[in-house]
Amino acid sequence: MTAVTETQQDRLVIEAPRTRKKRPSQSGRGTNFEMYAWIFMRMSGLLLVFLVLGHLSIMLLLDGGVQRINFGFVAGRWASPFWRTWDLMQLWLAQLHGTNGLRVIINDYAERDGTRFWLKMLLYTSSFLVLVLGTLVIFTFDPDLAG
Amino acid sequence: MTVVEDRPAAEQAPVEDHQRIITVKVRRYDPEVDPEANWQSFQVPVEKGDRLLDALHQIKWYQDGSLSFRRSCAHGVCGSDAMRINGVNRLACKVLVKDLGDEILVEPIKGLAVLKDLIVDMEPFFEAFRAIKPFLITDGREPTRERLQSAEDRERFEDTTKCIMCAACTTACPVFWNDDAYFGPQAIVAAHRFIFDSRDDGAEERLEILNDKEGVWRCRTTFNCTDACPRGIQVTKAIQEVKRALIFRRG
Ligand code: HEM
Ligand code: SF4
Ligand code: FES
Repeated sequence: MTAVTETQQDRLVIEAPRTRKKRPSQSGRGTNFEMYAWIFMRMSGLLLVFLVLGHLSIMLLLDGGVQRINFGFVAGRWASPFWRTWDLMQLWLAQLHGTNGLRVIINDYAERDGTRFWLKMLLYTSSFLVLVLGTLVIFTFDPDLAG
Repeated sequence: MTVVEDRPAAEQAPVEDHQRIITVKVRRYDPEVDPEANWQSFQVPVEKGDRLLDALHQIKWYQDGSLSFRRSCAHGVCGSDAMRINGVNRLACKVLVKDLGDEILVEPIKGLAVLKDLIVDMEPFFEAFRAIKPFLITDGREPTRERLQSAEDRERFEDTTKCIMCAACTTACPVFWNDDAYFGPQAIVAAHRFIFDSRDDGAEERLEILNDKEGVWRCRTTFNCTDACPRGIQVTKAIQEVKRALIFRRG
């Protein structure tokens, strides 16, 4: 047995396979964004049960279902402010719910800071585009385009 | 079985009629030998009532004395021997080999630095535990007698008093695997034990600590912790109760 010197001992403390990089913060001051995000996931999920199931039944099941969907059918529904509001809420809630869901998944799975940053940029950009485009269509939809 | 003194250790593994041979594949890691971890298989004679810890002892005592793992009580009390067994966190001294199949995979618990074989650096885990102030905090004057508590008040946090700090829950949590800073289920269980104790006045303080970005809100209700806990603590439920206390607290 050879004696292990102080410096050798230091070198034996190796990184692989896993070392802790950060430590639990001791700040004691809560950032409540995560709490509001958590509450939002539950609230939006609750509303989405009605919105999405209602949407799916109307579009795919009831009264001839998916076979009868065409431009005229959509135009007919969007003539009513009720269905426009329904669809607008569904768009925003599902989009924000899904985006926040993917945000936490990226936090879990992206190991490098760079990867995490770019994945989130991609996520935020794409969900922003979908939100803006969807909202634009719902507000500016013109049934006369068909004619 | 008798151990014959003058034969080399490797030959001494006794296989008797009522025993059968199983394969135990252990994730070995010794930085002084190889910077990479790798799998090593052992053929181990076991009998019906054996626990995985007995199989590991068989390896260490008769086949390879360099195999390193922690254990103390061998009866599910001290919390030393949590490991990843066939992919799930269990205490080696509590699972029976008969329930694990003929080939058993044994790895160190995940998310903490491996020091050697099945031994990990528990310090970050204890650090999170210390951060939630795991001791009685009281206001006002010291009472002249015991701090009494009704049976109902005690029942409120009974479940979370059972923790043996084995780290099976925290190292089963996918959030903890990739986020060192997350307090982890055990620290929240430990905080729960005081937050819901009628004799304690530090609830507000502890709730504020867990309201952190890396606190309870990181929990994604995966239930891995509840499944892993050898004491049967409803870990996920305790975490949800802390979240609820944060949302509905006054002031
Ligand atoms: C139908 C009604 C829905 C309900 C009741 C619901 C409920 C929930 C809840 C409660 C969570 C949080 C889980 C947790 O952190 O513990 C969640 C996460 C999530 N939701 Fe929904 N949701 C619904 C619809 C949707 C839709 C339409 C999408 C897609 C646009 C979606 C995408 C996600 C994603 C990506 C997550 C993150 C998953 C994770 O944390 O592992 N959800 N959902
Ligand atoms: S809550 Fe259960 S799994 Fe977690 S450290 Fe305590 S005893 Fe172990
Ligand atoms: S050796 Fe003590 S809990 Fe398993």
